[in-house]
Amino acid sequence: MAFLTSWWVYLTMGIIFLYVLIQSIFALIKARKRAFALGFTKEQVNQTITSSMVFSLAPSLAILIGLVALSKVFGSMIAGMRLATLGAVTYELPAAINVISGVFGRQIGDVLTPEMVITAVWVMTLGCLPPLIIIPFFFKKMSSKMQDMRQKDQTWNQIMMDALFLGMISAFSGYILAPKTPEGEASYISILGIMVFATSAVIIMVLGYLMKKYKWDWLKNYALPVSMVIAMALAIVYAGWGVR
Amino acid sequence: MLGALLLFLSAPIILSLGTGVWPTWQHFLPGFFATAVIFWPVTTIEVFTFSPMLGSGSTYLAFVTGNLTSLKVPAALNAQDALGVEKGTDEGDVISTLAVASSSIITTLIIFIGALLIIPLSPLLESPALKPAFDNIIPALFGALGIVYIAKRIKIAVIPLLVMLIFFPLVPGSGGLVGIMVPVGVVISIIIARILYKKGLIS
Repeated sequence: MAFLTSWWVYLTMGIIFLYVLIQSIFALIKARKRAFALGFTKEQVNQTITSSMVFSLAPSLAILIGLVALSKVFGSMIAGMRLATLGAVTYELPAAINVISGVFGRQIGDVLTPEMVITAVWVMTLGCLPPLIIIPFFFKKMSSKMQDMRQKDQTWNQIMMDALFLGMISAFSGYILAPKTPEGEASYISILGIMVFATSAVIIMVLGYLMKKYKWDWLKNYALPVSMVIAMALAIVYAGWGVR
Repeated sequence: MLGALLLFLSAPIILSLGTGVWPTWQHFLPGFFATAVIFWPVTTIEVFTFSPMLGSGSTYLAFVTGNLTSLKVPAALNAQDALGVEKGTDEGDVISTLAVASSSIITTLIIFIGALLIIPLSPLLESPALKPAFDNIIPALFGALGIVYIAKRIKIAVIPLLVMLIFFPLVPGSGGLVGIMVPVGVVISIIIARILYKKGLIS
């Protein structure tokens, strides 16, 4: 399908990438100014920016694996645009499969027609629209309600925020135990996943201890990405031992 | 946000105009309904679940750039914790926005470069040696993130954790339900937190 690598597809997708990038840069500049106005130091602001960028490296590289899978259907630019905006590979891939396998009865690796690909792009675009509709119309009202609640009871506000994160953390901690079913094999619970989870938890505890003992405050911003990357590297070692 | 909406809609419109191929209702509707029946409720719930975590400044950007659970929310959380700012305050919001914007810039650049260099990068990204590392990004992320929060609020964490640790291994196909189970976990955590707070067992 020649159109997937045509100049006008590259241009259109390039404009969308640029739009997202410019919006992010503007948001960063605006937040930086606001942070200084609220009394944060230049060092704190710069450290937040740097550590957030460092943290994002490993998960972003993991997104590229999804990019390779999706680009087999949509070409790399359309696949990249889909993964850099709105969705995530956990949404894009099932949505594409719903069309290609569910509607047209083909597989992701098959030779596809432009109609199949374009129908899939339409479904992927319209299948995850709600946030773009809800946020502009309802977010202000929701924010002001949250603000009222904060002012009413500061202590409860802090506890509630921790509870929100704990809800997400519990779901993903359980998710690691979800049975995996590779094609043509019996399902199994990933011991490798459990080992990586435990390794990452132990590493951040060790880093926490070192930070406290040697007053390594600089490590605070990097403890999460460091723990994550070491645990991911050890996943390769564990897999080499035959753990799966 | 409406600008983003129009821009994202422009992608399929331009593809159809450029190729002269438009989806037929007969093919579009079944694919759309199969997708929307799951993802419209999930993404709607995500707005109400993640917006309070992210704060008003970064919610819009986080949703425009996607990848919330593996990137934007942990980035915001990590940045707020590193500086010790209270979440849900102006200070928390601004740090969250800095983190989400920085994360978005890096992710967008990496995906863009990846899309341009897909042919030379594919063998490396698909290499069996690296597969265990990329397959285990979620355990690596939530192991470190989780232990800090669980240790901090163990009384709130016990029940939602137990529910999830029982649900996921016992329910076939549960791996595909994590998007739905996040708000379920959030509701359980908030109810438990409220009960403990009202009884004076946490502060």
